[in-house]
Amino acid sequence: MHSLPRAAHLPIEYSTEDGSLRIFGFWVFLVTDMLLFSCFFATFAVLYRHTGTGPKPSAIYDVRGYTAETIILLTSSFTSGIATYFMRRDNKSGLVTWLVITIVLGLSFIGLEVSEFVSDAVTGATLQRSAFLSSFFTLVGTHGCHVSFGIIWMTCLLIQISKQGITPVIARKVFITGLYWHFLDVVWVFLFSVVYLIGGMY
Amino acid sequence: MIYGADVSIVLVTIAILFVLTYYKKWGWLWREWLTTVDHKKIGIMYLIAAILMLFRGGVDALLMRTQLIQPNMHFLKAQHYNEIFTTHGTLMILFMAMPFIFAVFNVAVPLQIGARDVAFPYLNAISFWLFFFAAMLLNLSFVIGGSPDAGWMSYPPLSDLPFDMGPGENYYILALQITGIGSIATGINFFVTILKMRAPGMTLMRLPLFCWSVLGACILIIVAFPALTAALALLLIDRIAGGHFFTMLAGGNPMMYINLFWVWGHPEVYIVVLPAFGVFSEVVATFSRKRIFGYTSMVASIMVITVISYLVWAHHFFTMGAGPGVNSFFAVASMIIAIPTGVKVFTWLFTMYAGRVRVPAPMLWTLGFIPNFAIGGATGVMLAAAPADYQYHNSYFLIAHFHQVLIGGTVYGMIAGMYYWWPKMFGHRLNERLAKHAFWWFNIGFYVCFMPQYFLGYMGMTRRIFTYSPGMGWATWNLISSIGAYMMGIGFILIAADIIYSAFYGERDTTGDIWDGRTLEWSLPSPAPHYNFAVIPQVNDRDAWWESKQQRLEGKEVTALQYKSPLRPIHMPKSSGRPFVLSVCFFVAGFGLVFNWYILGILGFLGVGLCLILRSFEFDTDYYIPIDEVQHTEKAYGRLLHGEQ
Ligand code: HEM
Ligand SMILES: [Cu+2]
Repeated sequence: MHSLPRAAHLPIEYSTEDGSLRIFGFWVFLVTDMLLFSCFFATFAVLYRHTGTGPKPSAIYDVRGYTAETIILLTSSFTSGIATYFMRRDNKSGLVTWLVITIVLGLSFIGLEVSEFVSDAVTGATLQRSAFLSSFFTLVGTHGCHVSFGIIWMTCLLIQISKQGITPVIARKVFITGLYWHFLDVVWVFLFSVVYLIGGMY
Repeated sequence: MIYGADVSIVLVTIAILFVLTYYKKWGWLWREWLTTVDHKKIGIMYLIAAILMLFRGGVDALLMRTQLIQPNMHFLKAQHYNEIFTTHGTLMILFMAMPFIFAVFNVAVPLQIGARDVAFPYLNAISFWLFFFAAMLLNLSFVIGGSPDAGWMSYPPLSDLPFDMGPGENYYILALQITGIGSIATGINFFVTILKMRAPGMTLMRLPLFCWSVLGACILIIVAFPALTAALALLLIDRIAGGHFFTMLAGGNPMMYINLFWVWGHPEVYIVVLPAFGVFSEVVATFSRKRIFGYTSMVASIMVITVISYLVWAHHFFTMGAGPGVNSFFAVASMIIAIPTGVKVFTWLFTMYAGRVRVPAPMLWTLGFIPNFAIGGATGVMLAAAPADYQYHNSYFLIAHFHQVLIGGTVYGMIAGMYYWWPKMFGHRLNERLAKHAFWWFNIGFYVCFMPQYFLGYMGMTRRIFTYSPGMGWATWNLISSIGAYMMGIGFILIAADIIYSAFYGERDTTGDIWDGRTLEWSLPSPAPHYNFAVIPQVNDRDAWWESKQQRLEGKEVTALQYKSPLRPIHMPKSSGRPFVLSVCFFVAGFGLVFNWYILGILGFLGVGLCLILRSFEFDTDYYIPIDEVQHTEKAYGRLLHGEQ
């Protein structure tokens, strides 16, 4: 199985057999995660007009809120890319700086989302109110949970980087969290279009 | 009766704990088994669990058949009957068939492709323990709180809160969710293993057919299980958080669940049957002493089945008003699967044709499977004809059909695989005489049990009824069917007896190649050393081990398998207790949610999170076996490496 000799011509995260194996495995995991989201998207598409006695989508969406969330998340995807760039240059402080920026952006995304959820709930638009709201909170909330998980994960990595520097194992981990983070960004693009734009027309 | 069962469960548990303590086996159990990441041991644990669950599901089946033996029986109450058919179906599919296929995956795949382990051994252990504790959770429902009773598909609104208050449904949802996560991980693991860990020279077109079928099953797991995860998650939100996905009020739509469920449910049937096809391919080739006929068409048919079986889910609800266009599409797509399946059956027959066929137990089960599958396939096409399905839907015709394919395909296949690889797992073979008796009891019982059910279906008997009145004319066929079920029970007991008997008196396998096999696992001693291959083989042909034996017979230099390269230290993963602990935390979280004890649930999830974080901070995960030790082990197996006499 894993053997450790490094291949010089590959990026550091692919330089061990174990590293490339895990990265490939993570891609496959992303496929399953994407399918999970697809099911929630399908449910939302079926149910978003089923508002019962609750509000319609357009009545609760806050355009400025979700636009800001979108910009922040897209930017954070970019900054996490820069972090990988510095990692490949073997630049530890660059890596740490851009990871921290990514984490801060992620946290502000979560902050905005939570305040959006709270203000909905205050007006009585809760998950228990209607099928639309159940599917809305589940889909958006699942994405939010993923983002929070990513933040915790990157924080753990930050500690490890500060202790160990950039090794092939660390590099593999950073690269995988980067993949995960970009994936969440892609999901958000769909979420933005389907939930907020198409949903918002009703 | 339920109390009797509860008491006996408690007594058995106490007895096991006592024996372990008395013989001071706790440390051994923990070091050798509970913390292992060795795929061979994990495979054995899956096997034991699957057989135990087959027993539990089989007892359920016998209880039901006993209740139906005569009209107006008072053996079980309606509620008990509901609980029993629900747990029977759920256990058989998710906690018997799935671990059984995972057992053979683990036992055979790495050995067949010349690898030292699976791609992610630690994840493999997590998968097993998640399955194991999920199974415990579901079985616990019988003792604490009450079993699920809404059928193994748990359709809402029947399974939604207003109609089903008790904790039973929660048990169902959480147990399936936990084992489902483990199954997805196994799917990813073996997919990557087969694609990335093959020995040098083993191109995809030299891959043993069993591994091909595992690859097909893994692709299906990867694309289908997320739908189950989603369906269960939404149902759980409905039940414990007051959501409205599938309720009758506030805009919910139960059809959404039914669609999501079968997006997983239909492929699931092929997930459990494809590996059985793979086993049959290995067994037929080995015992006909011939290369499999039409390898390429076999590979093609596996892949075609993989794709089409993902696209036919709606044939499970033809009668629910989707309209003629949709029904026609799904009817035609369903029938098309018969073509690649037919191709496979003929390929097995052609392989046997003019071969030197031997019929020990694995081959016996394979031969027994072929007529089963012909009948099951034919009745399947009958069901796939949408207009006709309005007649058969939810009748005993359906029950007969799916048991014919699930038992005749999956169970026969897994039992064949068990007999086939048993020597590789344990170093001794199972007793042939007992195996033959077991087979005939089971096989004849099988026809006696399920053939009458086709007729019962035609006579209008619907599934899931706990009793019927004498005037219906169903009594005779039901009596015959129940007798068949008991015969199968005897067959099962004989298999169990064989396992116990052979553990003491079974013929030892000293060569490692007891069947005169064809694929790489037979090039190793039985049981294989924990690093599998001292030197990774170089493969130059399909059926690599067979070819190398042929070359040796012809007195040629053996090129197919070279053990010439020098020994190197072997890199192996370390055992870890964390997969076990992690799964216990999942169990705790699940148990908390079953009873809406959120504090316990949160504690469980915190434990899960902590385990993940600890793993992230762990870097010392593997070690090297020094050359001396490898040499020593190989010598002890009587295998001296080239040039080291
Ligand atoms: C060993 C012999 C078996 C016997 C005698 C048996 C018998 C039965 C009976 C009597 C029912 C209930 C029919 C009804 O009232 O609706 C049933 C249902 C079912 N069985 Fe089996 N069974 C056996 C093995 C299996 C196996 C191996 C599997 C799967 C791999 C399986 C899967 C199911 C499923 C999915 C249901 C439907 C449960 C439901 O309606 O929710 N059975 N079986
Ligand atoms: Cu189906």
